[in-house]
Amino acid sequence: MAEITLTGVEKRYGALRVVHGIDLTIAQGEFVVLVGPSGCGKSTTLRMIAGLEDISGGQVRIGGRVVNDLPPRKRNISMVFQNYALYPHMNVRDNLGFGLKIAGQTPDMIAKRVDEAAQILGLADLLDRTPAELSGGQRQRVAMGRAIVRHPDAFLFDEPLSNLDAKLRGQMRAEIKKLHQQVKTTVVYVTHDQVEAMTLADRIVVMRDGQIEQVGTPMQVFNHPANIFVATFIGSPPMNLLPGTISGGAVRLADGSAVPVPPRLTGRAAEGQAVTLGIRADDISPVGHGLSQDGPGAELDLSVVLAEPLGMESLIYTRVAGQEVQAKLYGPRLVNPGDRLTFRLALDRAHLFDAASGRSLEAI
Amino acid sequence: MIRALTTRRTDLAPFLLLLPAVAVMLFVVALPLLFSLWTSLTPYKLTKPASLYVFIGADNYLRLLSDPAFWVPFGRTVLFLTIALNLEFALGLGIALLINQITWGQRGLRTIMMFPMMFSPILVGFQFKFIFNDNIGILNNALQSLGITDQAIPWLVDGWLAMASILFAEMWMSTSVFAILLLAGLFAMPRDPVEAARVDGCNPWQVFRHITLPFLMPFAFIAMTIRSLDVARAYDIVKVMTGGGPAGRTELLWTLIARTGYENAQMGKANAMAYISTLLSIAFTVYFYRKLMAARRFMGGVQ
Ligand SMILES: Nc1ncnc2c1ncn2[C@@H]1O[C@H](COP(=O)(O)OP(=O)(O)O)[C@@H](O)[C@H]1O
Ligand SMILES: [Mg+2]
Repeated sequence: MAEITLTGVEKRYGALRVVHGIDLTIAQGEFVVLVGPSGCGKSTTLRMIAGLEDISGGQVRIGGRVVNDLPPRKRNISMVFQNYALYPHMNVRDNLGFGLKIAGQTPDMIAKRVDEAAQILGLADLLDRTPAELSGGQRQRVAMGRAIVRHPDAFLFDEPLSNLDAKLRGQMRAEIKKLHQQVKTTVVYVTHDQVEAMTLADRIVVMRDGQIEQVGTPMQVFNHPANIFVATFIGSPPMNLLPGTISGGAVRLADGSAVPVPPRLTGRAAEGQAVTLGIRADDISPVGHGLSQDGPGAELDLSVVLAEPLGMESLIYTRVAGQEVQAKLYGPRLVNPGDRLTFRLALDRAHLFDAASGRSLEAI
Repeated sequence: MIRALTTRRTDLAPFLLLLPAVAVMLFVVALPLLFSLWTSLTPYKLTKPASLYVFIGADNYLRLLSDPAFWVPFGRTVLFLTIALNLEFALGLGIALLINQITWGQRGLRTIMMFPMMFSPILVGFQFKFIFNDNIGILNNALQSLGITDQAIPWLVDGWLAMASILFAEMWMSTSVFAILLLAGLFAMPRDPVEAARVDGCNPWQVFRHITLPFLMPFAFIAMTIRSLDVARAYDIVKVMTGGGPAGRTELLWTLIARTGYENAQMGKANAMAYISTLLSIAFTVYFYRKLMAARRFMGGVQ
C-alpha cells in the first residue's frame, strides 16, 4: 500500500499537449476515480503512473519514491486493462501466477496466492481453462485476479467494465467495491461513466482536455460542482442550464421572469452580471411530486412537452423561459403532453455560474 | 433434402459434374504415382526397358536400408535441414524484430528483404559458385586484398566448407521467408498482453521470452513447414555449386536420386529412394503442422 502523488505531471506528443500539469495526491488505501469524456487524458495519466508512458514533465511519486524513470516492473503496481490483456497462451492458473513466477516466488507460494485470488473472485472452477474458453465477465475476473495476487502497492484500472453488458457491469462494479473493502489497497480507476465514478469513488477527479476540473467526494462533486462542465457531466440527466442576469438579488431569465435564488448563491455575483442558473431535473417537480417540499422555492406553471414514464418516476420535458428543461415527477402517475402543471423549483439546491468563465458563484 | 433423396437424377448430378476434375486428377497425379510406385518395385533401368516388367518386391527398399551410400546423404539432408531451419529462424526473427522497431523506410526495407526470393535458385547457385570459387571468386579475392589471408581458401572444394557455402547460399535466398512471416506476426501482435507483462514485472527479455515468442511460434511453424518442404527437396543450388562433390561430400537426397535415376539410369532404385525421401518430407510437415496446431489453439478467440 502506498500514497501516490502527482505534481505538475504533463504529457506531450511532439508539440501536442494532452495532459497539462496535473497535481493530485492519492492517499494510502483510497479509491480515486478519474472521470471525464473520452479523449480527455485519463488513460494517459494512468499509464504515466503505471510507467507505460513516458512522463514529459512533472513528477510521479509512489510511496514517497520518485518513479519517473523507473520501468513498470519496478513500481510494484498492477493494472487491469480495458481489453483484459490476458496472456492467450496460458491457462487461467498461469495467467494469475505469472507475475509471481517472474518475481521468483516458490511454487507453493504461487499456488497459495492463486487459490486465494481464485476463491475471492469465484474462479476456482476455471483455473485450467485458457482465456479463449472464457466469457467476457470471466476474463474480467481473471484480469482482476492477476492484479490482486501480487499484493501490489496500488491497483490501476483503465475502464475495466466498458466491454461488459449493462447487467454484468453493475455486478462487477459491486464486486470491485467489495474487493476494495476487503484488500484496502490504493486504487486509481479510470472511467468515462459518471455512474461508475459516483458509486465506486472515495474521491472523484473530474478531467477535461488534460486538466483537472474538480476533485472531491462524490457528494461534493454532485452537490457543489465547481463549474458548468462538472455540473453537466456528473449526474443524469445532465443539469438544466438557464441563462440570465443578476437583478436585485434575483436571477432574471431571458423571458423577464425573476427567480429569487438564495443569497448563498448570489453573494459573489455583481448586479447585472451575466450568469447561468443550474438546476437538476430532480429539483424541478410538479407540486406534491417532488423530493423536498420545504425550503426556498419558486412555483411555475409549465406545460408538459414530453413525458418518459420510468415506473416509480417520470422524466418530464418542459420549457422554461424558452429553454428546454427536464424535470422529474416522483410517484407512479401518468402525465400527457400538453398537460399544464404547477412545478416547484427547489432553489436551495440550485447552482449559479458565471456565464463567461463557467465557474460556480457559490460561496463555499 | 427429402426431395434430393427421392429423385435419383439430382442425386447423381454432383458426381457427374465432378467427373472431369476427377478424370484429370487420375491422369495427372494418380497414374504417374502408381507408375513410379511400380517401378520402385522393379529393377527398372532406363537402358533396359524390359526390366520394367520384372517384379522384385521390396528388394530395392531392402537393399537401400542397408546401403550407407543412401543413408549418409539422407542423414546429411536431415542435418542440413535442421541447421538451415534453425539458423534461418534465428536470423529471420532478428531481422523481423529490427524491422519492426524502425518507423521510417519500413516498407522499402520489407520489399528489399524479398529480393533474394525473386531470383531463380539456379542463378543464385551460379552467383555463389563464382563468389566462393577458390581461384577467381570475389570472396577469396576480397580476403586476400584485405590481407586477412594469403591463401586461397577452398570454399567449394573442402567438404565441410562446401556444405557451409551451400548453407550460406540457401540462407541468403530464403531467410526472408521467416523474416516476412514473423514480421507479419509482430504486426498482428496485440499490445495489451505485452504491457500487462511489463506491469506484471517482466524485463524486456522476459516479455520477449514469455509473451512475444509464444505469440510468434505459430508464424514460425508455418515458415518451418514451408521451408522444410523446400530444403528437403533441395537440388538446384547444390547441383550448380558443387554437383554433390567433392567426392559426394555435399550429396543430398535429391542430387543422389537424380544421379541414380538419370546418370546411372537405375530408375527403379531412384524411385524407391524418392519414396523414402517423400516420407521424410511428410514426417517433417506433420511434425511442424502438429506444433502449429498446438501453438495456435490458444490464440483463437482472445482479443
Ligand atoms: N500516441 C499518441 N500520439 C498522439 N496523441 C495521442 C497518443 N495517444 C493518445 N493521444 C491523444 O491524447 C489524448 C488523451 O488520450 P487518452 O488518455 O487515451 O484519453 P482518455 O483515456 O481520457 O479517453 C487524446 O486526445 C488522444 O488523441
Ligand atoms: Mg482511455
